[in-house]
Amino acid sequence: MTGTALLFLVLGLGLIGWIAGRARAAAFVRSAKGGPRGTVNSLPYYHGWFVAICAIAPALIFMFIWQSISPSLVTNMVLSAPAAADLPQEGFARAAILSEARAIAQGFQATAFQDGSEKLVPLYEGALSYYKWIGVAATVLLLFAGGAFAFTRIKPDFRARSKVERVVMFGLLVASLIAILTTLGIFASLIFESWRFFSMVSPFEFLFGTEWNPKSVVTPGADNGYGAIPLFWGTIFIGAIIAMIVAIPLGLMSAIFLTQYASASVRKWMKPILEILAGVPTVVYGYFAALTVAPAVRDFAVMLGVSNAASDNALAAGIVMGVMIIPLVSSMSDDSIAAVPSAMRDGSLAMGATKSETIKQVLLPAALPGVVGGILLAVSRAIGETMIVVMAAGYTANLTANPFATITTITVQIVALLTGDQDFGSPHTLAAFALGLALFVTTFFLNYVALRVVKKYREAYE
Amino acid sequence: MNKKDGNVGVTPGIAKISTRNVNVYYGDKQAINDVSIDVDRENVTAFIGPSGCGKSTFLRSLNRMNDTVAGARVEGQILLDGEDIYASGMDVVQLRARVGMVFQKPNPFPKSIYDNVAYGPRIHGLASGKAELDQIVESSLTRAGLWTEVKDRLSESGTALSGGQQQRLCIARAIAVDPEVILMDEPCSALDPIATARIEELIHDLRGKYAIIIVTHNMQQAARVSQRTAFFHLGHLIEFGETSDIFTNPREDRTKDYITGRYG
Repeated sequence: MTGTALLFLVLGLGLIGWIAGRARAAAFVRSAKGGPRGTVNSLPYYHGWFVAICAIAPALIFMFIWQSISPSLVTNMVLSAPAAADLPQEGFARAAILSEARAIAQGFQATAFQDGSEKLVPLYEGALSYYKWIGVAATVLLLFAGGAFAFTRIKPDFRARSKVERVVMFGLLVASLIAILTTLGIFASLIFESWRFFSMVSPFEFLFGTEWNPKSVVTPGADNGYGAIPLFWGTIFIGAIIAMIVAIPLGLMSAIFLTQYASASVRKWMKPILEILAGVPTVVYGYFAALTVAPAVRDFAVMLGVSNAASDNALAAGIVMGVMIIPLVSSMSDDSIAAVPSAMRDGSLAMGATKSETIKQVLLPAALPGVVGGILLAVSRAIGETMIVVMAAGYTANLTANPFATITTITVQIVALLTGDQDFGSPHTLAAFALGLALFVTTFFLNYVALRVVKKYREAYE
Repeated sequence: MNKKDGNVGVTPGIAKISTRNVNVYYGDKQAINDVSIDVDRENVTAFIGPSGCGKSTFLRSLNRMNDTVAGARVEGQILLDGEDIYASGMDVVQLRARVGMVFQKPNPFPKSIYDNVAYGPRIHGLASGKAELDQIVESSLTRAGLWTEVKDRLSESGTALSGGQQQRLCIARAIAVDPEVILMDEPCSALDPIATARIEELIHDLRGKYAIIIVTHNMQQAARVSQRTAFFHLGHLIEFGETSDIFTNPREDRTKDYITGRYG
């Protein structure tokens, strides 16, 4: 019996439990009809759900746990057999033989290549089937135990409804915890790998060094070319300076137009289009930046008389990134301008202020915290953006403020470090984690500040 | 006086604001029906009537604040010193400098107290220097009865004041541009009785300097602060006259019913 079949069996039996529970409850609901109010606590289908949940949940949890512990039980059983005694003791060869024997036993592989794996195959077959049937039996047993327990509790005054409600709440709680736990897990793995990196390369060099030219073999104490300052600068220059010079004015002006000047009909088609812009895949922006904007910017630079303009220049990547960010800035600003009480606007208009005076002097100052929050979120989005810079910004670390030069960013270097032909423990690969950690901490901080700013502002008006 | 609808409020003589056969529509819905009224400069005029009777709508059309409402349309003539304020040559900015407004809910800008009062003079270029602006701010706050309370904290935010103080700040803000008319749209409805009493006192003090029109739900308030009262019902002006007459000896049954609390 395969895992999938077992899963269907569990679900099928759960469905039977549901039907049975519901039918049993329906019987006493019928008989209680016409009697005093409140003798039956819950509707029949709540009883059905109660039985189904009691049957399925323990079985599924057991299946999940069994899935993760049975492989080691199987291995232990194989190793305890006399035929396994003459296996090599060293880790690598031993593990290779074991995994090959297991693969043959499971039918994933046809013939053996390693010496000594052939004779382990029957052992594996036996152990696998032994533990599989234990698992199946235990699952089905749990299912029936849970179902029977629930079924016996079905009585007119049993509060199946509140029990089911609690399970629903618990399910929702688990769903929301998964996102949080994933974040924590990612953070922990970043910290762990970065720790390994910093045991090879000094954090001081990484954080303050100005030369990025990572060597694949590091010498402790020497300069290994892991100075990340040019990357930090490149990231800030493209994501927080050039992109924001494009996105802040355009986003803000479009928000002002949409909230204050556009008629309802114009707003109705313009706002969705602007929001579609936010849904364009960034790789498409990447093409656009690399194939259209970058050459145009270089030609423009040459026209201005800049001789060393590169075709993969910072300006092109920054401009396109700014365009990508416009909808984010615009919709956050739009929300916060719209949230300014209209009494404020009326007050200013009633003083004889024009529309633009009102916007400049009353609406924008009042909406400023929300706008700033939106801009911080936009910055954090921009510095984490990868595709555009990978395609348009180039790979050469360069500590320069010349927008026509090639500049690289943290995300580009992470891609470069991880796509190389390096083993997992090499300083190159680990450096990618350290860069990732730096990026994670920065964007996390920006998001935190942005949310705080926005929240504080909301409190001021409600 | 002619009792025919549309001539109820016509008073012979010089009026500050006079309206003739004004209709106001919100989209298809008619909110004001054929209202003609003359408001003079020397007195405080109260607009009373049950909720939804159109008195606030009518007030807002006197400084063209209805322009900001999508779908709102005004027909008929509204004259300020004999000039049609809906004529194409009329500059709304100028008009609103002449006809100031105080709203139902205090709405100070999220700026300092000083900047709140200086807002209008700055926009209209009324002060030629810092000293003159200081002077305008001080005299406006003094007239609004707020100067002694805030003179030491002019740089604090206007939104940090109490509700009553905020409303007086809004009045100071309105009089800082030296308007000819001040429209007040239920200025005390968000305030406690003590703050209300201070605003009413203030209205007394301002009487004669500005033509004041106050919309109120509170009939005692209308009786206390106004010299003339207009009663609106379902978009019509039912009766207009001396406040004392309206309250003691109304000509119309509907006015009498409303004043005696039979509806509204």
